[in-house]
Amino acid sequence: MHIARNWRVKRQRYSLQGELCHHCGSHVFPPRDVCPECARPAYDPFRLSGLGEVYSHTTVYEAPAGFQEQAPYSLALIRLHEGPLLTAQLTDVDPKEVRIGMPVEMVTRKLSVEGDEGLIQYGYKFRPRLLAQAA
Amino acid sequence: MLLKPSRAVGIAGYGAYIPRYRLPASEVAEMWSDGAAGLPITEKAVPGLDEDTATIAIEAARNALRRAAIAPTDLRAIWVGSESHPYAVKPTSTIVAEALEAAPLVQAADWEFACKAGSEAIIAAVGMVGSSMADYAMGIGADTAQGRPGDALEYTAGAGGAAIIIGPAANSLALFEGSLSYVTDTPDFWRRPQAEYPSHGMRFTGDPAYFHHILTAGEMLLAEMKRTPQDYRFVVLHQPNVKFPTRAAAELGFKQEQWQAGLLVGQIGNTYSGASIVGLTAALDVAAPGDRILVISFGSGAGSDAMSFEVTAQIEQRRNLAPTTADYVARRTVIDYATYLRYRGKLKMK
Ligand SMILES: [Zn+2]
Repeated sequence: MHIARNWRVKRQRYSLQGELCHHCGSHVFPPRDVCPECARPAYDPFRLSGLGEVYSHTTVYEAPAGFQEQAPYSLALIRLHEGPLLTAQLTDVDPKEVRIGMPVEMVTRKLSVEGDEGLIQYGYKFRPRLLAQAA
Repeated sequence: MLLKPSRAVGIAGYGAYIPRYRLPASEVAEMWSDGAAGLPITEKAVPGLDEDTATIAIEAARNALRRAAIAPTDLRAIWVGSESHPYAVKPTSTIVAEALEAAPLVQAADWEFACKAGSEAIIAAVGMVGSSMADYAMGIGADTAQGRPGDALEYTAGAGGAAIIIGPAANSLALFEGSLSYVTDTPDFWRRPQAEYPSHGMRFTGDPAYFHHILTAGEMLLAEMKRTPQDYRFVVLHQPNVKFPTRAAAELGFKQEQWQAGLLVGQIGNTYSGASIVGLTAALDVAAPGDRILVISFGSGAGSDAMSFEVTAQIEQRRNLAPTTADYVARRTVIDYATYLRYRGKLKMK
């Protein structure tokens, strides 16, 4: 079933697919098939809402290979509404405007580009929430 | 000549996306003509460094799914029309399908017909749902257009897109009433595979191309449906600049109050495959039940699709399930020409 596993990796990157633990109700991201809360198996795919808040953040000036052209950019720890914490790049925002507690939402963007001939990698980033009522 | 499906269908969901950056046309004019040239638009939308046709299509499609209130796996087709697909070989549509979680059991393909690729995909979706092969199919038009630095197109080549989900009439926000397409081989605008920027046959871009196709498709659709412009609250035409659609709509017999809601090119630029469809989403955002909308796309090379819709009562509850097109137009950060060059990676000059 490695094809299914690849989908899950792609889906966690493209659309924040995580897992739901049926034993304790925790949401798990990234998917790891074991619940970090109760240590029991958690296999059921669950698409997270993509809504959350900035938990902490930093500005990256010296970006790693593949990301240089985007520097400076904000890297943040995001607390998702369903509970999990994850690290993601912020987009569509000036690093100076980022605040702890800022409501953000997931968007799928280009993460990196391998030169002129390689693959384009897409994945989740977060931006200031567009609709106030989408909470 | 009128196309009508055997089963009644309509727009079950719609969504738009426009990037946040704006380049004022005055910035371009200052760079190339000391600001002396007349400006075809006020400003255009410019994609951020991490945006392309695929990311624009994904967000527009997610908004359409929210308004359709269906599961992604209910979609039986995801068709993306564009002339700026991120890859020459590797479909945009599979990236979109995966991001929506609609893959793997779905039709997926990229469509090309200059700026008419999105409307063609929507009519194909009408055919697929209208024949009962499927209940839901999505057509998307999205582009991140590029003009050669200093070329007239640089003022207007914008970025944005929209997605339309076609579904059964019972779950529609607007009923599909019929369409009529008109195509000819016309050399008005082209780009060979190795060329970075498009070329245009100056004499051909206006009357023999844009106006001939738009006006013919529009007049024939109205005649075959036994309608007049007065039967429509909104008309939305392909919009490469402000002047062309304004003149064409007036020649068809429409008035400003009918075209202004769907005329966004002055604020976001020409979104190519997205242009007429983004205009349609803006009209749907403000339409009332019973309103009729006439949409006429245009793609160089050349052809037009004219489509007629009638808005249903369901629009009232569902349009607020996603950001409106006006929300995206209002979300704007102005950039200067130097930042624009960096965002677009525009260093190759001819
Ligand atoms: Zn658990």
